[in-house]
Amino acid sequence: MTTNEIISSLFVFALAGFLGLELIRKVPKLLHTPLMALTNALSAIALVGSLVILGENQTTYSTILGFVAVVASTINVVGGFLITDKMLRMFRRAPARPAAPPSDEVKP
Amino acid sequence: MRADFVDLAYLISAIGFALSLKWMTAVVTARRGILAGEIAFAIAIIATLVNPAFTGTGWFLIVLALALGTLIGIPLGLRVPMTAMPERIALSHAFGALAVGLVGLAHYFLTYHTIGRFGLAVLGIEITLGCLVFTGSLMASGKLHEMLPQRPIVFPGQNYLNFSVLGLAVAIIIVLMFRPETTWLVPILVVLGLAFGVLLIIPIGGADMPTVIALLNSYAGLSASALGFVLDNKLLIVAGALDGASGLILAIIMCRAMNRSFRNVLFGAFGQLDESVVGSSEHGEVRSASPDEAAEIMKMARSVVIVPGYGMAVAQAQHKVRELADALEKEGVDVRYAIHPVAGRMPGHMNVLLAEANVPYDKLLDMDEINSDFPQVDVVLVLGANDVVNPAARHEKSSPIYGMPILNVDQAQCVFVVKRSMRAGFAGIENELFYNPKTLMVFGDAKAVVSELALEVSGQRDALSH
Repeated sequence: MTTNEIISSLFVFALAGFLGLELIRKVPKLLHTPLMALTNALSAIALVGSLVILGENQTTYSTILGFVAVVASTINVVGGFLITDKMLRMFRRAPARPAAPPSDEVKP
Repeated sequence: MRADFVDLAYLISAIGFALSLKWMTAVVTARRGILAGEIAFAIAIIATLVNPAFTGTGWFLIVLALALGTLIGIPLGLRVPMTAMPERIALSHAFGALAVGLVGLAHYFLTYHTIGRFGLAVLGIEITLGCLVFTGSLMASGKLHEMLPQRPIVFPGQNYLNFSVLGLAVAIIIVLMFRPETTWLVPILVVLGLAFGVLLIIPIGGADMPTVIALLNSYAGLSASALGFVLDNKLLIVAGALDGASGLILAIIMCRAMNRSFRNVLFGAFGQLDESVVGSSEHGEVRSASPDEAAEIMKMARSVVIVPGYGMAVAQAQHKVRELADALEKEGVDVRYAIHPVAGRMPGHMNVLLAEANVPYDKLLDMDEINSDFPQVDVVLVLGANDVVNPAARHEKSSPIYGMPILNVDQAQCVFVVKRSMRAGFAGIENELFYNPKTLMVFGDAKAVVSELALEVSGQRDALSH
């Protein structure tokens, strides 16, 4: 890994971090639990790293580690997206309010 | 050439991830956000799999591992009760960190002689971070699941021990930078990382778990980012940075909602209060009401605000709460919910619990949205919430919760507090609200009381007795 690569990686990291802070600040508190489930699924993109280690199958040792890593990441991707979707499907708006029933008692 | 195509695909994925989070900023677009994330994911996976260096065995194992992960992931995604969401999320941080740590380890043994000093340093940090998030998240999940003791475990010299473990890990990373061939140090680094994760969580009490989950979320993101540095994979860096930023913001919100600092949460061991300081002795009289009296008053009200706490979820009362709200709305009463940021056990937890009980989300109001409305509210119903409605937080300087932002329910015309008994709450702090002349205590189990209120208000109780 050259210094050049590290600098360009830092560049991406810093800007992505700022983008993240700006985007997440706008997420309403209402959606914070689904947000956590979603970012969890997204950061399981580490799956691409484990796929390369497993697929290239260089040593027995690296293959075993890669295999466990692919399984763990896949659990997070599949479970994470399903859970987020399940939660978001529960959020619904109030139906247009029906006219209040006629009532002869006077409200205090 | 192939590498360029893969990078291009990763760029498209990174944009997809950013859009996914952007669409998460509103309920109406949120599910589109999931779709964007899924498509971005698929693009990245396909681009990665088109790789001529993969061997036949490699392909076989990939298919096997993906199938196995999917088989385990589906039930973990679909069969989780909403009350168990915090421990489920903590568990997925552990899985994510495990994957990151293992890939880092494999990468170390494959490339330690070629990646150079900086590469080794980043790898060392990445492996340590992965290990500590793995055990830390398992501990957090165990505490939330109540498999481990909820109370903080503290012992003399704890912080010294923690910092020595961390210092030793840093020392090993420095040695590895200059002597990469000392591979026998790597297992020690792994053990230190795992130990540090455990040590970090044991002094933290159950009440602080919302902050800790958010913080672990942030660390999990950072470890994914560190893996991106190691593999020179910009997509991982972006995804990890977005996740890290998200966890950080949530942790800050949680800390502010409890008026605590990070330092205080991580090393403070809250819940170990000196009992003698807590609770002044001079309080007024406690007045109580029966459920049918409370129902009569609520029926006459124009506006009712329900303040749910985690106690409501423990009693599984959220569906009964919705029935009560429906009955009140039929009588023409306006019903809303006031949600304190730390009402549940993780950020946004209470909203999900109520949404599950079919409470419309536009009735769920944030502390900042509803606090100025309380003087115009006729009746407040406090269900299983305690510290977040304690007016002592505003003026009682000796109280441990002094300065914590609270729901100003004492400004409403009338307050009902549903509670089993007058026993003090989780943190053992006396609640002034209970002695307020406007407050009426309704003693009993949350679910039983709310069912009774719902029956009274809807008039079904009368119908049954006639």
